[in-house]
Amino acid sequence: MNLSTAPKGNFWHRLANPARFERLARWLTPWFLLGFLGFVSTGLYFGLYASPIDYQQKDTVRIMYVHVPAAWLAMMTYSTLAISGFVFLVWRHPLAEVAGLAAAPIGAVFTALALVTGAIWGQPTWGTWWVWDARLTSVLILFFLFIGYIALRNAFDDPSRAAKSTAILAIVGAVNLPIIKFSVEWWNTLHQPASVSRFDAPAIDPAMLRPLLLMACAYLCLFFFVLIFRMRLELVRRRITALQYAQAGVSDR
Amino acid sequence: MGRTELSGFIATLNRDLSIARREGGEAFLAVLFFVLGALLFPLGVGPEAQLLAAVSAGLIWVMALLSTLLALDRLFQADWREGTLELLVISPEPLPLIIAAKCTAHWIVTGLPMAVAAPVMALLLNLPPEGWFTLVGALLIGGLALSFIGSICAALLIGSRRGGVLMTILALPLYIPTLIFGAGAVQAAVGGYESTGHLALMGAITLSSISLCPWVTSAALKQAME
Amino acid sequence: MNEFFNMGGYAVYVWTAYGITAFLLMGLVFGTVLVLKNSEKKLKALEALSPRRRQRQKSSGGEDEKP
Repeated sequence: MNLSTAPKGNFWHRLANPARFERLARWLTPWFLLGFLGFVSTGLYFGLYASPIDYQQKDTVRIMYVHVPAAWLAMMTYSTLAISGFVFLVWRHPLAEVAGLAAAPIGAVFTALALVTGAIWGQPTWGTWWVWDARLTSVLILFFLFIGYIALRNAFDDPSRAAKSTAILAIVGAVNLPIIKFSVEWWNTLHQPASVSRFDAPAIDPAMLRPLLLMACAYLCLFFFVLIFRMRLELVRRRITALQYAQAGVSDR
Repeated sequence: MGRTELSGFIATLNRDLSIARREGGEAFLAVLFFVLGALLFPLGVGPEAQLLAAVSAGLIWVMALLSTLLALDRLFQADWREGTLELLVISPEPLPLIIAAKCTAHWIVTGLPMAVAAPVMALLLNLPPEGWFTLVGALLIGGLALSFIGSICAALLIGSRRGGVLMTILALPLYIPTLIFGAGAVQAAVGGYESTGHLALMGAITLSSISLCPWVTSAALKQAME
Repeated sequence: MNEFFNMGGYAVYVWTAYGITAFLLMGLVFGTVLVLKNSEKKLKALEALSPRRRQRQKSSGGEDEKP
């Protein structure tokens, strides 16, 4: 069905048209870039300079400002994967599977970042680079879920089969998210329990909360920035493939 | 006609079991892998009794996981190649029921023999006798979960290029809770603690996988057949 | 200034963590942006090769147009 001549559907229907998406994407990206630059500069200022040190952890607490937002974004990216998989399976929206494909490598990077910065933070504070507690193990599982998603996408020649398979995989793997979130409450192990998203007041010093939230917003803007670019990249790649096939057909005559 | 709701389940179960019987040894390759793999460890890490006793529970469970992974291909691959999978998907019997039957047959052919072989391995790997009963029980319950959960990955990978390795990457994250509680149950029993907590959680995993996985797998099969 | 860089003796940990973060995130950004620019160039080259395609019409991927 030629989407550009279809009767005007709602916003999402119209967005499925790649040209419209491209226009919206080009309009949005500078805002996310600006947001990122603003948040990261203020976040780094407060995080590295204008915030107190922890009386136990001293300056290593500053690692929290790059570690925790990475973990939050890793989980958010996986949620994006699962939701876009669901949207694709139920409504067959073409942008949904493009979004999933675009988000997976971003999620792998954020998860790796969370694991690495966490290990670096763990060594001076806990005395060990790694421990097999519930949260670290489930974040490691999250990393392999992203890798598995990417590998499954590439394992099929038929792109529509690949998209549907990975959508199912993303939804099934979503059971890992509540495990990550609540594992520190269910199992009393080494990793610190939640101190920000509690129902009463956050148990964290506001002077530390500020750089944490600033960096989290910075990461979020970066996520959307890269996501939109990767979606554009995927759409361009598909048009290249389509043109190459068409031209191969033309040159046969 | 006397057909009950379960007749599709029983028919598929019988079919898969007779196919496995006709194939003879092929179905038991997974169990063979299970036993041989576990026997490699004393040769590798040395026969020191204390060391083997400490790791035996986890070792046996890891080998059970890997052997089940190896055998997952058998679930759908042969049927898909012969075209019977398509017939199963469009048959009037509910697909989740058929899948549940295939997973059960898979368990009878792989998980059940592994649980039976486990005491022998426990003996060779120096697992203290206090843990044997729990080991067999946990492998029985957990093996069922492994077959059902694995069916999702097997269905997702039908017709893909690099089935074997990819199966491992997909299935392992989903298998880890079963592994943790299964090995934990045995270790608790060996240590003299209560293993009922671990076994209860494993039972919960098995029950939820029996009820939920067939639906997910049938969705995966349907999109594979499109 | 020195004590800023020293981070109370934990300089190795803090700066390595921030450094790896910057490296990975900037790698992600630049990798994506550069690959996109290259791909768009390639796309323009391909589109230029097929003059019968109306280049301004960016409808769904071109698969519904007959050559």
